[in-house]
Amino acid sequence: MTTLPASESSFKRISRSLNIPPVFYFLIFVFLFSGILDHYFADGQMFSNPLIMLNIIVRSVALGIVAVGQTLVLIGASIDLSVAYTISITAVMSSYIMQGNTNNVPFAIAGVFVIGIAIGLTNGLIITKLHVNPFIATLGTSLLIKGIINATFSNYTGSVPQGFEYFGYGMIGPVPVSIIILFLVVIIGWYMLARTKFGAHLYGVGGNSEVARLSGVRTDRVLIGAHILCSVTAVLSGMFLVSLMRSGAPWVGPNGFYDLNSIAVAVIGGTALSGGKGGVWGTLAGVLIFGVLSTAFNQLGVNPYLKIVFQGVIIVLAVASYTIRSKKEAA
Amino acid sequence: MTTSTFPAKDTSTDFFRKLWGWIRKVPPVYPIFLVIFLILGFLNPKGYQTMNGIMTYFRPASPLAVLAIGEMVVLALGGFDLSVGALVTFVVLVSSKFLANDPANALPDILMLIGVGILVGMINGLVVSFLKVPSFITTLGMMMVVRGAALYYVGGAPQGYLTDNWRAFGRNYIQNVPFFTRIPYALIILIVLATIAFFIFHRTNYGRQILAVGDNTRASQLSGVRVKLIRVITFIFCSVFAVLGGIMIGGYGGVNVTIGEGMELQAIAACVIGGVLLGGGKGAVLNVVFGAFTLQAVVNLLNQLGLPKPYTDAVQGLIIIGVVAYSALSTMKKR
Repeated sequence: MTTLPASESSFKRISRSLNIPPVFYFLIFVFLFSGILDHYFADGQMFSNPLIMLNIIVRSVALGIVAVGQTLVLIGASIDLSVAYTISITAVMSSYIMQGNTNNVPFAIAGVFVIGIAIGLTNGLIITKLHVNPFIATLGTSLLIKGIINATFSNYTGSVPQGFEYFGYGMIGPVPVSIIILFLVVIIGWYMLARTKFGAHLYGVGGNSEVARLSGVRTDRVLIGAHILCSVTAVLSGMFLVSLMRSGAPWVGPNGFYDLNSIAVAVIGGTALSGGKGGVWGTLAGVLIFGVLSTAFNQLGVNPYLKIVFQGVIIVLAVASYTIRSKKEAA
Repeated sequence: MTTSTFPAKDTSTDFFRKLWGWIRKVPPVYPIFLVIFLILGFLNPKGYQTMNGIMTYFRPASPLAVLAIGEMVVLALGGFDLSVGALVTFVVLVSSKFLANDPANALPDILMLIGVGILVGMINGLVVSFLKVPSFITTLGMMMVVRGAALYYVGGAPQGYLTDNWRAFGRNYIQNVPFFTRIPYALIILIVLATIAFFIFHRTNYGRQILAVGDNTRASQLSGVRVKLIRVITFIFCSVFAVLGGIMIGGYGGVNVTIGEGMELQAIAACVIGGVLLGGGKGAVLNVVFGAFTLQAVVNLLNQLGLPKPYTDAVQGLIIIGVVAYSALSTMKKR
C-alpha cells in the first residue's frame, strides 16, 4: 500500500511501519494487568524491581529456543511433537558424556547435536518419503525416544562441569548469557525466514505444497531441513536446561510440556497451524506472555492447580484475540 | 487394464476376481489386527485362544475403543480433541472425592460427570465456532482447564477410593454366559455405544454432514449445512464419550493422578490406524473400534514378549508409524 487514507491516525501509521504482530499488544496488556494486580494484592515488585523483568525473560529461555524451531516447522505446515523427548535425551546424554569433566564437553556437545540432527532427519524422512501425517510421525518418534531413554536411564545421570554452567548462570555485564542466546536464536530464525531462499521456500511449502513443487521448489528437502532445525533448537533447549539443573534427568522434557507449549506459544504469536503464515517475533511475544503469567502467578501466590486452569484459559483468549475477526470457519 | 485382456467367460475365475476385488477393499486394519491377534494366540494359547482369555483382553480394549469413537467424530470434522485424556483424569479424580466412599452416590456422580462432559464439549464447540480458535489450541487450553480443575477440587491427590458399584462398569463380568463363558460389562457398553455411534454417523444426515464439513467446510456451508451447530454437537458427542470411557477406565484401573495422561494421543493413534485422515472427511466407526483393538493387542503382545514398559513405548511408536506409512503408501498406489 503506497498511499494511506488521511483519516488514519499517526499511531496506526507508525505501528504499521514497524510491523508489530498484534500479539505484542496482548503481551503489554497481560504485563500491565498482572502488574496492577501485583501492585494492589502483593508486594508490587513487578513494576519496581528490574530483576523481576529479567527473571521473566530467563524463565522463557528454554521454551523460547525450542519454540523458534517449532515455528519453522509449523510454517511448513508440519508439526513436531517429539521436541519434549529430544530435550530429555539431550539433557541426559550431555550430562552422561560429560561426567563432570571439562575435557568431555566438546564430545558431549558434538554427540547431542548428532542425535538431534538424526531425530530431525528421521522425522523429515518419515513425513516426506513415507507420507505419514506429521502429527502421527512425530508422535511415533516421540514414543520411540521415550522408550529408549526410559529403558536406559531412570534418574539423574552424570553431571555437568562448572564451566558448562556458564550457559545457564553466566552473566555478560548485567545481562544473563541465556537471554543473549535466546535473542540470537530468535534473530537467526527471523533472518532465515525473512532473508533467505530457504525461508521463502518454507512459506511456499506451508502455503501450498503442490504449487511450490510445481514452481520448482524441492519441497521434501525444505521440510526435512525445517525438521532438522527444529530438533537442533530442542537440543539447545536441552543443553540450557541441563546447565541449569547441573545434571540430566529423563523427565525434564515431558514435565515441562515443551511439545504442546511450544506449539501453543507459536500459535499465540500468530503462526498458523495450517502453515504458510507466521514468524518468530510473534513466537517470542507468546513465550514472554507465558513468562509474565508464571511470574505473576508466583507473585500473587495463586494455587498451583488454579494456575494450570488460568494458563489454559489465557492460551485460548490470546489466540481468540485475533482469530475472532476471521471470516473463515476454524477447524 | 488387466480386465480387458482376460475375457472372463468362466464363472469360477469371475467369482475369484470378485472375491479378490472384495478382499482388496478390506481396510488394512483388519488384516493387521488378525495377524497380531494370531501371533498372540500362538505365543499364549491359553490367554488368546480361549473365550475366557479373549474376554479378559476386551476389558481394557473396550474403553479405549469408546474414546477412539468419540475422537473419530471430531477428527472426521477436521478438528482435534486433546481434552479427552484430561477428561478421563477428571472423571477418576473427581469421583474419588464426590463418591465419599458411599455406593449410593454412584448414580448422581455419573450423571454429574456426563453433565460436565456436555458442558466441556459445548464450550469447545462454541469457542471453535464463534471465537474461531483452531480446535487444536481450544482443546489444548481445555485440557489444562479440566486437569487443573480436577486437581484443584481434590487438592492434588485422590481423596478416597472408587466404590465397587461404580467400578463394576470397567471391572466386572457377566458370569456363566453360554459359549462366551463370561462377558465384561465394558464390552457390552462398547457394543451399545458403537451401535448408537454407527447409526448416528453412518445412517443419519447429521453423520453425513460431519463428513461433508470435514471434507470441504466452505462448500457444505454454501449448500446449507449449519456448520456451527454440527461442530458444537460433535464436540459434545466426543466429550460425553470421553466421560463414559473414563468411567470404564477408572473402573478397570482404579484411582491414579496420571491415569488419563496421553489417552488423547492413544485415541488419535487408534483412529489413524483405523483409517481416519487427520484433516477430516473420512472415518468409519467399526474400523476405528478395530484400530483401538489393534493398539491394545500391540500393547499385550509386547507384554507377552516380556519386554519392559519402556520398550513397549518404543515399539508402539514404531508400529504406529509403520501402520500409517503402510496405509498411506497403499492408498497412494491406488490413485
